[in-house]
Amino acid sequence: MKIMVAIKRVIDYAVKIRVKPDKSGVVTQNVKMSMNPFCEIALEEALRIRESGLASEVVAVTMGPSQCLDTLRTGLAMGADRGIHVDSTSALHPLHVAKILRNLVQIEKPSLIILGKQAIDDDCNQTGQMVAGLLNWPQGTFASKVSPSSNHPGFKNQAFAPTMWWGFPKDKSNMSQIGKKEYTHGTMKSLIGVVLDKEKEEVTVDREVDDGIETVQLKLPAVITTDLRLNQPRYATLPNIMKAKSKPIKKFTPQELNVEIKSDLEIVEVTEPPKRKAGVMVSSVDELIEKLKNEAKVI
Amino acid sequence: MVNRNCRATLRLVTLINRQGHPHPPLSSSPSGHISHSYIILPFSIAFVFLTVLCFYSGTGIDACWKQLQRNNVHGEHKIVSFFSPLASSLKTRQWGVNIQSRCYGSASVLVQRNPKFSKLNDEDVRYFEGILGAKNVIQDDEKLITANTDWMRKYKGSSKLLLQPRTTDQVSEILKYCNFRCLAVVPQGGNTGLVGGSVPVFDEVVVSLSAMSKIISFDKVSGILVCEAGCILENIISFLDNEGFIMPLDLGAKGSCQIGGNVSTNAGGLRLLRYGSLHGNVLGIEAVLADGTVLDMLKTLRKDNTGYDLKHLFIGSEGSLGIVTKKLLQEARRKLGEILSAFEFLDSNAMNLVLNHLEGARNPLPTSLHNFYVLIETTGSDESSDKQKLEAFLLGSMENELISDGALAQDINQASSFWLLREGIPEALMRAGAVYKYDLSIPVEKMYNLVEEMRSRLGNDANVVGYGHLGDGNLHLNVSTPQYDDKILSQIEPFVYEWTSKHHGSISAEHGLGLMKANKIFYSKSPETVKVMTSIKKLLDPNHILNPYKVLPCSSIS
Repeated sequence: MKIMVAIKRVIDYAVKIRVKPDKSGVVTQNVKMSMNPFCEIALEEALRIRESGLASEVVAVTMGPSQCLDTLRTGLAMGADRGIHVDSTSALHPLHVAKILRNLVQIEKPSLIILGKQAIDDDCNQTGQMVAGLLNWPQGTFASKVSPSSNHPGFKNQAFAPTMWWGFPKDKSNMSQIGKKEYTHGTMKSLIGVVLDKEKEEVTVDREVDDGIETVQLKLPAVITTDLRLNQPRYATLPNIMKAKSKPIKKFTPQELNVEIKSDLEIVEVTEPPKRKAGVMVSSVDELIEKLKNEAKVI
Repeated sequence: MVNRNCRATLRLVTLINRQGHPHPPLSSSPSGHISHSYIILPFSIAFVFLTVLCFYSGTGIDACWKQLQRNNVHGEHKIVSFFSPLASSLKTRQWGVNIQSRCYGSASVLVQRNPKFSKLNDEDVRYFEGILGAKNVIQDDEKLITANTDWMRKYKGSSKLLLQPRTTDQVSEILKYCNFRCLAVVPQGGNTGLVGGSVPVFDEVVVSLSAMSKIISFDKVSGILVCEAGCILENIISFLDNEGFIMPLDLGAKGSCQIGGNVSTNAGGLRLLRYGSLHGNVLGIEAVLADGTVLDMLKTLRKDNTGYDLKHLFIGSEGSLGIVTKKLLQEARRKLGEILSAFEFLDSNAMNLVLNHLEGARNPLPTSLHNFYVLIETTGSDESSDKQKLEAFLLGSMENELISDGALAQDINQASSFWLLREGIPEALMRAGAVYKYDLSIPVEKMYNLVEEMRSRLGNDANVVGYGHLGDGNLHLNVSTPQYDDKILSQIEPFVYEWTSKHHGSISAEHGLGLMKANKIFYSKSPETVKVMTSIKKLLDPNHILNPYKVLPCSSIS
């Protein structure tokens, strides 16, 4: 079974973002770029599924100018088997990405597409859902995992503890119970994540939603987007970096994939959010009420 | 204060120009009277320069002033430029008149030979021949002319004797004798100085270091060079080129200038922009003081924080504090050196401590346990090319089986988590219980031997952890026990200090001496050096009120 993972090259998460003086966008010159953190998590999940024997190949896809190849190489260094680079210098919005992915799926025919839930530069949270819609595939978004409590034995300081593949799928009653529970730390006794059932061609995903955890079961092929607490991505080790140099990267252009990059969106202005003002100290309740009435206008 | 200096110097200028009776210029503008040309120097530098000079040759200048007072310009005299900080007292002594005048850079004054210096006689020459052998005692006129004249041919002395010692002991003997006989001495290297500092003014004995031109040793691992003061800079540079290293000092005069002179004058040169001044690059000096004492401050260690760093006094003292006979220099490595910004190591005990006690610490190489971990950081302006360099270096090292495994941080977050592993060790140690902390500078090859010896000494009683700045040869040896225990302390000290001293290390690479090692300085510094330190302490703090009981041994202070 093949897994396709889409990764995006974005401004590094730890860099302080500055808006360009002409307000047309964000400064990207000489700024450290790296892989989107959610995409790292997606790739890590795909690699774990492959390592548990349920998948045969992980293909990493990236779209953008030639600098994206750095990010793709990082993905290959983490362990992806092949890379695909869709070369495009124009801005790619989620719908374009989704269309390109759909056409790539027709070429590569993976059974599972895993993406990060959103990119940290645009925070759209749209691509995964759009891909599922275009392909008419089921989707399990915001796939998450509960972190084990700190005094849980066996999970101290392991860079990656393999997720429990075997215990869960059979015991459905337990899962529905979990789905009903509120999302709380430390009540879960084992790691839950994306669970694949090969014979039944299903995947079970625990989704982190606003009111707790929702468990869904999807028939393959399916689309999954990953949330922050799903796993901790591995480091790129030197032997893997060496191997990555020889892994093949296929190149496409949007034209070859019959996707027209026509921008329906125009970014009018990019501004910084207003700076937080210092708080105002009030000396009495009456003053507070008066301020709430007249200045904040909330009562 | 500075203004008063100006006034004093202007007064002197007019003194020189007038042939007849000197009287103070009453008009304000000095330009009409002066015919000498001036060199405008920044005042702050000039003032410091003079303070140093005055401190060490105070009596000389005092005498000069007295001569001028009498307007007696007999005998030999030279036109010399200098300022006078004694001007404030001099003003009231001499003129008692307030003069407003503009300040200029420097002035030329006549210098009179100080009569307290003895004159050379045959007995002295014979004594020197006895120490050095007749070959190295030169009285030949031609050779003396070169030694007496500076490179710009602006200053010419009239020395009658040129000595060429070959060893530090000979220099020490010479100076001891000259001190006893009160013979003035001029240390000379390549004689390429541009301010007349390397040639005699009158008949001082010239001690030339040119014969001491051996490169004593070069450590390729740490890039530390030990050489004698008479080595010509160009020879050193070509020697290092062969080894693949760069000398941090380079000047136009490299064909003739000697490293002893460079260090004594704190030469700047062409590469200062990148490598910094000699204060940063000279790790140690062996110098001979005026009375013949040999101060051995030669430590082949990148870091040494034991007591006052006396070598800096000699760097830039221009031969007025002591004759530098040997020095240690740090060279820059060519391969990864230019982008390398950190090179740390930790052993497996340290790694386990951090992983167990610190939250959020992640083992980057979990698949196998390794004995040592090294953290390398590079900093540069071009990320992709630096990354390529680092990857090439790491992959090459893997192929050569220098490293068994590694992980490369792909973004800033991963880099911070790598640093947490190294920077979190002290905190993890604190959480593990009591800690005995030692900070030692040891030659890189022998660094870990100490950790292993400590382990065998302490056995199961304690967890001996070694980590540190491998690139600087600095080991942080930490012994972790559940509680503080005197028994364990006696096992550790003084063994640690003795071991370090035996291997010519420093008992404090960066932490300093403080209270903990106040009486232990002798493990790393010679008694003569400590004596000079205590005399400086007495000079600057006669009542010892500043931070008592620390740094220097109590026995020497009292």
